[in-house]
Amino acid sequence: MELGKAQCLGSTAGGRQLSDIAEFDSVGLRYGTGAEVLRDLDFSLGQGGFYFLTGPSGAGKTSLLKLLYLAQRPTRGRIRLFGDELTEAPRDALPQYRRRIGVVFQDFRLIRHLSAFDNVALPLRVAGTTDEKVEGPVREMLAWVGLADRASARPPTLSGGEQQRVAIARAVINRPDLLVADEPTGNVDAEMAQRLLHLFTALNRLGTTVVVATHDVGLISATPGARLIRLENGTMVDPTGALKNPPRPPKGSA
Amino acid sequence: MLGWLFASPAERRLLGEARLRGPTAWVVAIMSFSIMIIAAAGLALANTASVLSHAIQARYSVEVPGGGANLDPLLRAVRSAPGVTAAQAVSESDMRLTLERWLGPAADSPDLPVPALVNFDVGPGVNLGAIERRVEAVAPGARIAAHSEAVGPLLRSLRVLQWVAFGLVLLLSAAASAAVVLAARGALDTHRFTIEVMHGIGATDLQVTNLFQRKIAIDAFVGSAVGAFAAALVLLLLSAGAAFAGELTGGATLRAVDLLALALLPLALTALATWVARTAVLTALREAL
Repeated sequence: MELGKAQCLGSTAGGRQLSDIAEFDSVGLRYGTGAEVLRDLDFSLGQGGFYFLTGPSGAGKTSLLKLLYLAQRPTRGRIRLFGDELTEAPRDALPQYRRRIGVVFQDFRLIRHLSAFDNVALPLRVAGTTDEKVEGPVREMLAWVGLADRASARPPTLSGGEQQRVAIARAVINRPDLLVADEPTGNVDAEMAQRLLHLFTALNRLGTTVVVATHDVGLISATPGARLIRLENGTMVDPTGALKNPPRPPKGSA
Repeated sequence: MLGWLFASPAERRLLGEARLRGPTAWVVAIMSFSIMIIAAAGLALANTASVLSHAIQARYSVEVPGGGANLDPLLRAVRSAPGVTAAQAVSESDMRLTLERWLGPAADSPDLPVPALVNFDVGPGVNLGAIERRVEAVAPGARIAAHSEAVGPLLRSLRVLQWVAFGLVLLLSAAASAAVVLAARGALDTHRFTIEVMHGIGATDLQVTNLFQRKIAIDAFVGSAVGAFAAALVLLLLSAGAAFAGELTGGATLRAVDLLALALLPLALTALATWVARTAVLTALREAL
């Protein structure tokens, strides 16, 4: 068996064996008739793993995340998620899988005419949770991200960082099996970035598989045990995982 | 089955709470108004045709071109004929009064040959030949004419108008449906972002569709009700005219069952608009992943 598949990215976490939550088999993606933006992706993500997705701008990170959170189908290859083959699954079957995935978008994707509370509550309501049972968890989550007093504020009245936190609260309110975050710390200060990282690691400890696309080396280095997926020009490089657990930056450096 | 109609406040907030912002309700109101008026006219025409047809079905006239010299014996001969249930003579003064509409004062001229006329009704299975022979014996040259033949073209025109009205109701319903489809697509475009977010977090097409379906159903119901109310006012104002027409046609206007059908039209239009909106939204959503 060739190197680069489950062996490299999803095999262990803290010494325990992981089953795969996502498997990519020779996956390619192109938009319309353009060139492939992702090519020959062969890897799997272990359940309960923590992964960073890195690479230069335009490498295909966001496209890979779209495949992961089922916003896009691959143009070739096969994808298994949560143990099920979803490459050609009927679209009616996808919502039940999407409900198990929390997504933090780079552009937040908050609904502008809804309050912060309603935005965070949306996944619960979509899943059929009654209004009485929504109130408590949403208040708690808003408090956790430091926005307890901004529950009724609408996104346009929130700062970029506040919107980011609402987006994160919405992504994790359902305690998803898979959390996908695209540059989640791009609009927050260092302290909030640390708090978000703690939230992600806490969720990860509870069993959530976390995939974070980021350029933030500090974030990566602050997460020992996390694995690294590096994309360049739509293909995975360093499939041997040599870049996992990169060394911490020297003390005193920025 | 109608659970989609009762959305929670949170669900209502998803598409914004403002209603009647777009032209949908007004377009449906205009369609509803037009459909009600045309349907009422069609039903009244149908009733008129029915009453008229029933009234003349067994009615005949004996016309004596020479005039009314033998009118009384003729009337007696007709009345005594087997199968004749009623007969009455049209007086010369009434005939001249009728002719005056076309001839003016010349209708009073003694030189004008005014035909004698006897109208009579017959029972079922009557032998017209026997009546004709009796009439011929009293007034040679007299001619028997069935009213149904004379009024036939009018009845056919009324039937055609009925179908035209029915066709117009269908066309207007189709136009209202097209307007609803456009409104649904417009609403989808307006809320595309919200839909993408909802799909992204696991909302089903049905959940998204229910939001739009409810909103359009309410707009369509309000529009239908407003249009129907306006049409009812117009029909009430026209009721005097309808009564006049009723006198001409033996009292044919709108029956209780017709009024019930008219009252159900706004609901039918709302149901149609809702179904069309649901289909349009579901079809559009299926084009997305």
